[in-house]
Amino acid sequence: MSASDEIWILGINMTKFGKHPDLDVVDLGAEAIMGALADAGMTMRDVGILAAGNLMGGGGIGQQLQKQVGQTGIPVFNVSNACATGATALRTAIMAVKAGEVDVGLAVGVEKLAGAGLLGGGGKSKSDENVWEPKGRYGAVAPTDGRIGTDTMPGVFAQVGMEYLNDHTYGGEPFELFAKISQKNHSHSTLNPLAAYTKEMSLEQIMGDIMIAYPNTRPMCSANCDGAAAAVVVNGEKLKTLSLEQQRRAVKVSASVLTTDPWQEACQILPDVNTLTRNAAKQAYEQAGVGPDDLDLVELHDCFATAELVHYDNLMLCEEGGAVDFFESGAPWRDGRLPVNVSGGLQSKGHPISATGIANIWEVCQHVRGEGGPRQIEGAKVGLAHVIGLGSACGIHVLEKSAA
Amino acid sequence: MTSTDAPAQVPLVDYLVLGDDPHLLAYECASCGARYFDRRNACAACFDTEFTRVRIPSEGVVRTFTIVAYAAPGIPVPFVSAVVDCDGTSVRGNLINVEADPDHVRLGMKVRLATYSLGTDDNGTEAIGFGFEPVES
Ligand SMILES: [Zn+2]
Repeated sequence: MSASDEIWILGINMTKFGKHPDLDVVDLGAEAIMGALADAGMTMRDVGILAAGNLMGGGGIGQQLQKQVGQTGIPVFNVSNACATGATALRTAIMAVKAGEVDVGLAVGVEKLAGAGLLGGGGKSKSDENVWEPKGRYGAVAPTDGRIGTDTMPGVFAQVGMEYLNDHTYGGEPFELFAKISQKNHSHSTLNPLAAYTKEMSLEQIMGDIMIAYPNTRPMCSANCDGAAAAVVVNGEKLKTLSLEQQRRAVKVSASVLTTDPWQEACQILPDVNTLTRNAAKQAYEQAGVGPDDLDLVELHDCFATAELVHYDNLMLCEEGGAVDFFESGAPWRDGRLPVNVSGGLQSKGHPISATGIANIWEVCQHVRGEGGPRQIEGAKVGLAHVIGLGSACGIHVLEKSAA
Repeated sequence: MTSTDAPAQVPLVDYLVLGDDPHLLAYECASCGARYFDRRNACAACFDTEFTRVRIPSEGVVRTFTIVAYAAPGIPVPFVSAVVDCDGTSVRGNLINVEADPDHVRLGMKVRLATYSLGTDDNGTEAIGFGFEPVES
């Protein structure tokens, strides 16, 4: 592979996740961009393309951000891919750099979600006129969400986790198993000052909290919050022209993959988050020339405790069908064989949707750069970041420490 | 025009067939057999454009479930949302006529299609929904 084909993260930043009542979506996105540019040692003058993601705002976030940080007339791609939006923005910037159209790309994802309630579902109620009238694709006379299964995210992902237990004839207590996964992530985030929640939670607290959709209680669901993350990517040729310090801190993107779900028997009944993740992981390991055993840490899309379990298997961190054993061995704890979500994950660090796909990569970069502070995974050289947007889209990036 | 005592009925969705023997219908790809509950321009699995209507078996086993405690306005909670394997076809629906708690609902339990009333509108038309109820063994 020639240097021009190599992709490097030169600068990356995430804002504090949590409540930012005084900052709007542009303020937050701009903060992440300014941080990423400073980290890269660059300005907007150097940037050849901007890819920007935001779901809950009014659209055109990329251009709004340019007006906040620097308008140079470069192309902007506003991207939207559910919870994989941030990873999609980065993937877009990487494709532009890889295609040789630009040397330097910038990706940003930002969301204002603090105080948002239950996401997904929310069908309209019947009109004032009390007449059953067939509407829509299924000729439904009333909203189907809640009457024919659930569209709410906690319920959908609860079914995803329970399906895994059914397929692998789990004999234990599902509620406690999934609550323990959440306990791990709430414990990890105590070391992450940028996390929305940094308080340790006991198993009793987690299981005793408000039930949202069995077996997911409130702390087992991703935390709605505000936040942004941004990254500057360059090709290897460009990197060679930069300072030794920039080269030393640059993080190699040894795989960048985006997949959607191929057809599977039940995928239109319950979203199949498994096949596209496994496909993305296979592609990523092949591109990077590394295997799951080479990873020092993984940030995966634990939008719910029930989701984390299935992705141990989908990302091949364990043998097929072995996700429960993998978890119960202690492997994914930060002092375990393969730490998973040392940031606290979406359940505790928080999940400002469009920011998540870059924030996960920021976390891995901190460790392979040796800049993880109190939560540094010692000697980390290779890490993997994974996100899923329901519908579905899966982004996986493999990040490696610079040899410089 | 003849008047009847029974109110007119309308199914919750068009793939629910009412009458003496309520059942669900799917579109089946003529080429690969993939099944869909809504219309498709081409099969998502094999891109063929020919479909036939097929009846879905009314008995199955619970492949996965959740007990939803927070839902859209107007939906009584808690309720059980499930995916039921009806002899190879996955069907989405609520479990009904069962206590909505983990002691009464379990993975792999046998269930069958059942219908219930959603209420009557101003024209006297009754909407009928469906779910799956436990089969006593
Ligand atoms: Zn087909």
